Order: sequence, then structure tokens, then C-alpha cells
Amino acid sequence: MAFIDYYQILGVTKTATDKDIKAAYRKLARKYHPDLNPNDEEAKKKFQQLNEANEVLSDPEKRKKYDQYGENWQHGEAYEQARQQQGRQRSYGGGGQSFDFEGFDGGGDFSDFFRSMFGGAAGQARQPKYRGQDYNAELHLNLKEASETHKQTLTVNGKNIRITIPAGVENGQSIKIKGHGGPGGNGGPGGDLYIKFFVADDPRFKRKGADLYSNTKLDIYTAILGGEVTAETLNGKVKVKVKPETQNGTKVKLKGKGLPVYKKEGEFGDLYITYDLQLPVNLTDKQKQLFEELARS
Amino acid sequence: MSTKHLITATDFCIYHKLEHSFINDLQEAGLIKITVVNETTYIADDELYKLERMIRLHNDLDINIAGIEAITHLLARLENIQEEMRLLKNDLKTYE
Repeated sequence: MAFIDYYQILGVTKTATDKDIKAAYRKLARKYHPDLNPNDEEAKKKFQQLNEANEVLSDPEKRKKYDQYGENWQHGEAYEQARQQQGRQRSYGGGGQSFDFEGFDGGGDFSDFFRSMFGGAAGQARQPKYRGQDYNAELHLNLKEASETHKQTLTVNGKNIRITIPAGVENGQSIKIKGHGGPGGNGGPGGDLYIKFFVADDPRFKRKGADLYSNTKLDIYTAILGGEVTAETLNGKVKVKVKPETQNGTKVKLKGKGLPVYKKEGEFGDLYITYDLQLPVNLTDKQKQLFEELARS
Repeated sequence: MSTKHLITATDFCIYHKLEHSFINDLQEAGLIKITVVNETTYIADDELYKLERMIRLHNDLDINIAGIEAITHLLARLENIQEEMRLLKNDLKTYE
């Protein structure tokens, strides 16, 4: 556990006044406040550091203790206990400085350094939360799973929650499950559960919204003369008619063979297949001769 | 009208140690919606997330109503841009 320089975090000197500290905290808090930086984990972390620094430096007793021990903070508790012991002996049971942080709650957002120095508890003179805390969870799906409305059971904070995942959910998309976050305070509503989906790439298909893209091999005979080719869709193989004289790279749309459109029942994207013409190899003499004739014709 | 998903503005203000006028000012600025049932002012629970964010901006950062209004608009734009970026990133994968 490393020493944390709270003065450096707030960008003030050790001689900074309370006013300087407050001004520095406000300035930086306006930059890094999580409400002003949605989905930015770095800003959130930075804001927690700022809060911790402000918690210590804006409280005269904590600041005194912090300044007193500084980088020797690890010995602080031992010194403190010894000093209190001495104080009690000298004053026959009375006196002795005590650091009473009763009433502080939580501390989950504070560093190990802070907890070690200030007794494991942290208190912010902030408004208590009315709503419960929001929880975040991640859910990893493959493309096939993302294409079907289905139910899954998630374990969030020890509780099992069965949720319905709508078909067509996209990579990086979040959904909110209302009331499944932390319990509310004072009878207030529970927080919400945010589930972020990660849809894995499928080697067979590229996805763009509800449309899918794939490549299908086509031999030159079918390409020239026309016929049928078997193409893969998400739900199995289908036969596709090939027009005569189809060129390499031709794109064909298979209507409705893409993914379901998110929250639009009965609507589907399309599947676009691109033909990759395959040249024959290991030709026999007879075949070569036929190609030569073709070339001369 | 059912008040099942509503919290009285008075309870909310007491809990957050807020002046009632703060809620009124936010409502006048069009930043939150309040519901009146039998002459009692309520806040819908799905407004709470937004409202509590505004309170934090006000309390933590000393931002006034005009500032909150500007921030709320900018945050809505930022969230839209983030969503657009997510969709574009997914689209880009098509060309990888």
C-alpha cells in the first residue's frame, strides 16, 4: 500500500488554507464529477481520489493527523495508541486525544491507505441517497443467442434474477432492469440494474444492425451457366438460385434472413451474400483442352 | 390516479434537505416533470434518477439552475453521441 499525497491530488501546497483547498476541490470536481463524465471509469476513479483528498484536507483533525505522520503513516496508529496510553496514565484515566470517526459509514470508495490511517471508515458530508444504488452487470452472448428472445438467470449481488433478453440485442447495448439494483433508503425505490451486452463476433457473418453479411463460394461453372448454390444462414442452410453469367463479388440479398429487429416483433433484417468465385484446380488434360477451345472461340 | 410510482415532493425535499422552490425552479425550466394529484405535488419515480443527478450537481459543484439546464442539454447530446459512436464501432467491424 503506497502513501497517497493528497496535496498533490488537489494541486495545492502544504500551506494551503481551507479556502484554497475548497476552491481546488471544487475546480477539479467540476472537471471529474461522474455526472459530468458518463461512462468514464477514469473520471470516476479520479473523482474518488479527489473526494478522499478533500475528506482529509478539509477536516482539521484529519489533516493534522495526516500532516503529522505524512509518509510515516504506517507507524501512525502505533504512535497514536502509545500517546493515548501515556495521556491516560498522566491524567489518571482522563485526557488523551482520540480520533473518533463515529458516524462515518461505508468507506467503500476510499483507498486502503485512507482506511488504514483513519480507522477504516470514511464519511462524506453528502446527501444520503434516496434511491438504491444502481448495479451494473455484463452479459456475453453469441450471435445465435442474440437472435432469439430468451430467458437467462443472472446472479447479481448474490441474488438470482431471471431476465428476458429481447432478440436483436446489439454489441455494447445496455438495458435497464428497473428496481433490481440496491435497496432504497428510507422506503425509497430500489436502484436499477444495468446490463451491458457483449455479442461475440461470428466467424461466418458480419453484422450491421439487423443485417448480416457473409461470403459464399461459387464455382465458375454455376457462375457462368447459372444454377443453385447452398448458402448458410443463421438458422441453417438455404438454396439460392444463381443467374447465368454471375460475376465474382456479386452481392445477393436474402430478404428477412438477417437478425430480428430489436423490439420490433415480426421484423427482420436481411442477409447479404457475396459470391467468391472459385477457379478450378488440378485440371485434367481434357479440361485444359476444353478451356483452350473456349479461349479461342 | 394511482400514486404507486409517485413520491410526494415534500417527502423528497425533507429527505434531501431541499427547498421546495428548487423543485419548482427545475420544473419551470422544463428539466423535470411533476404530477399533481388531489392538490399534492408528486415526483414520478422514473424522474428520480435525473432529479438526483441535478441535486448532486447543485450540492457537490455549486451549480445553479441555469448551469444545470445547460449541463443537462449537453449531457443528453453526449449520451446520444456515445450511442452513435457505439453503433459506428459495431458498423466498423463489418469492414475489418
